[in-house]
Amino acid sequence: MAVMSIFANPHRFMAVSKWFAWGFTALGSVVILIGVYLGLFVVPPDAVQGDSARIMFVHVPAMWLCLFAYAFMVGASIVSIVWRHALADVAAKSAAPIGAGVTALGLATGSIWGYPTWGTWWEWGDARLVSVLVLFFIYLGYMAIWQAMETPQKAARAAAILCLAGAVNLPIIHFSVEWFATLHQVQMKASNEFKYPMYVVALGYLALFGGLTLLNMRAEIMNTRAEMLAQRRQVTTG
Amino acid sequence: MNGSVSVFVRELKLAWSGGGGAALPVGFFAAACSITPFAVGNAAENLKIAGPGVMWIALALSSLLPMERLFQADLEDGTLDAYAGSGIGMEGVAFAKTFAHWIATGIPLAIVSPVLWIMLQGPPEASFFVIGASLIGSAAFFFFGSIGAALAAGMRRGGLLIALITLPLYVPTMIFGAAGLYAAAKGEGGSSSLMLTAAAALFGVATSPFVAAMALRTAID
Amino acid sequence: MTASGASSLVLEVENLAAARGLRILFEGLNFRLSAGETLELRGHNGSGKSTLLRILAGLTRPHDGKVRYSGAGPDQVQGAEHHFLGHLDAVKPSETAAEQAVFWARYFGRDPALAAEAMKRVGLAGREQVPGRGLSAGQKRRLALVRLLVEPRPVWLLDEPTAALDVEGRALVSQLVAEHKARGGMVVAAIHGDGFEGSRTLDVSALPVGAIA
Repeated sequence: MAVMSIFANPHRFMAVSKWFAWGFTALGSVVILIGVYLGLFVVPPDAVQGDSARIMFVHVPAMWLCLFAYAFMVGASIVSIVWRHALADVAAKSAAPIGAGVTALGLATGSIWGYPTWGTWWEWGDARLVSVLVLFFIYLGYMAIWQAMETPQKAARAAAILCLAGAVNLPIIHFSVEWFATLHQVQMKASNEFKYPMYVVALGYLALFGGLTLLNMRAEIMNTRAEMLAQRRQVTTG
Repeated sequence: MNGSVSVFVRELKLAWSGGGGAALPVGFFAAACSITPFAVGNAAENLKIAGPGVMWIALALSSLLPMERLFQADLEDGTLDAYAGSGIGMEGVAFAKTFAHWIATGIPLAIVSPVLWIMLQGPPEASFFVIGASLIGSAAFFFFGSIGAALAAGMRRGGLLIALITLPLYVPTMIFGAAGLYAAAKGEGGSSSLMLTAAAALFGVATSPFVAAMALRTAID
Repeated sequence: MTASGASSLVLEVENLAAARGLRILFEGLNFRLSAGETLELRGHNGSGKSTLLRILAGLTRPHDGKVRYSGAGPDQVQGAEHHFLGHLDAVKPSETAAEQAVFWARYFGRDPALAAEAMKRVGLAGREQVPGRGLSAGQKRRLALVRLLVEPRPVWLLDEPTAALDVEGRALVSQLVAEHKARGGMVVAAIHGDGFEGSRTLDVSALPVGAIA
């Protein structure tokens, strides 16, 4: 079983990932900038909400990515638990801060959008808002486990368990809040032809997520490898 | 009587004797409810608005208190190793220990709850409802809490991490339970909310031993 | 007390490797232990003796390789063919010695009266009402041995069973192991100092240590 071999011999992953990591990061950044430019300057103001709706080009893709990132972590956690592949642990750990960051971005932009539109910075009766807020805390708890546990191997196991428990919990929370009246029923009424910058930004986010996650993974693997070499030096000289 | 049942009985005795038993969580529950009027104002109307919710939060936090001790001692003195090394499933151990702690602490919390309810200006007629809701709610809080306790087992001062991990799991119980209490405060039927709270609790009781067992096996490994 | 179904029990270890964190403690371990045999694990601290025992007990997952118990009798439950005695005693400070002995008897579904017998056998007669925190380190170790006596199981996995024990204590452990052997049981023990008569020895520190590439 090649659990350690990823770290003992990370060459294949490192070689393949190098170009993708930087490539996706660069590509994603550019695409996001294009999308934001389109959203801010090219597309006319929304018929219903005016200029304040422009923030949706940043907000909505952020929410999509926050869910996608978590789904990615869930997938990696399943692989980690079932097949015990060390790369899966690294992948989940690497994606978490990006997911958390984009969730925070989504929550903040949602709040900024909400105030002029619905007159409130936050609405507790909205199932989606609350679920995303809880998801944010789950991200934090997940990252805290990696920080707080002594050995990375135990942290990986515990974090994977938490990730899956959170995944089960989220639909339940969503349902629970929806059981009480919601606000997001006030749907975004915007005409479709002007929504396309959203999809552009979304693609950019996706590429950036991929790039940053790969960069994180590479850093993580390099870190671990450095530790192993230091330990080995201790064993042979100590 | 063997296996998990004997673990349950032992745990019950230990929970009652260790660290004053239920005294600390019950004391905390009472204290947290008692300082509410200082924060919210002691006008009856204010307390009627804030009371049920605050009591429910206090119940959740009081249930969180024993969690740090749930698996820590057994992990540290080798008892968990002894259980695991004897071939017993960790699921049974997790369930037995959580159930025992709920009986030792959760039930006292529920018994005290109507007193605090009345103190917070809740209608006394709803007392039985409040006891029932607190029994169900504390069960949910204890069993979901055991997941956090198992994940953070072996950590020094894991209490904060346990809280961070567990609070998202508490959310459905929070919502339904508080809704039930508010309905009871207004004199309306809170039974549908109570049903949903019971569903959440049942879900917790049924699934948490498996999740906690996975986490315990990781802690032992 | 008989070790039921033990006479044909075989422990087979195949290409076993163990890791703690990033360090591979040993790899490529192969051995076969039959009923009536004892195996002493020797080696310096940190060589992997405890880890090997934990792997055999199913507490720790091996890095590679397989552990197989075969030939158990029809009444032997999977996973219940061994006793594991770690280097921690599993003694609770607030329960009395007698309470803990009775607990273990009940835990294994045995008659609680066996607990009193076992306490006498391990030399704790007269200390039954002492709470765990009042026992010395050697007495706690003796209390830990009670598990082995109230429930007969063919395989004993012992991590430093004689730690903190005085001369009589060490003699007691040797006696128990000898009796267990005679009944057809098998013992794997990590031990410092004097071992058991007629044991095979495995020097864990002499095993190949994982190349960390």
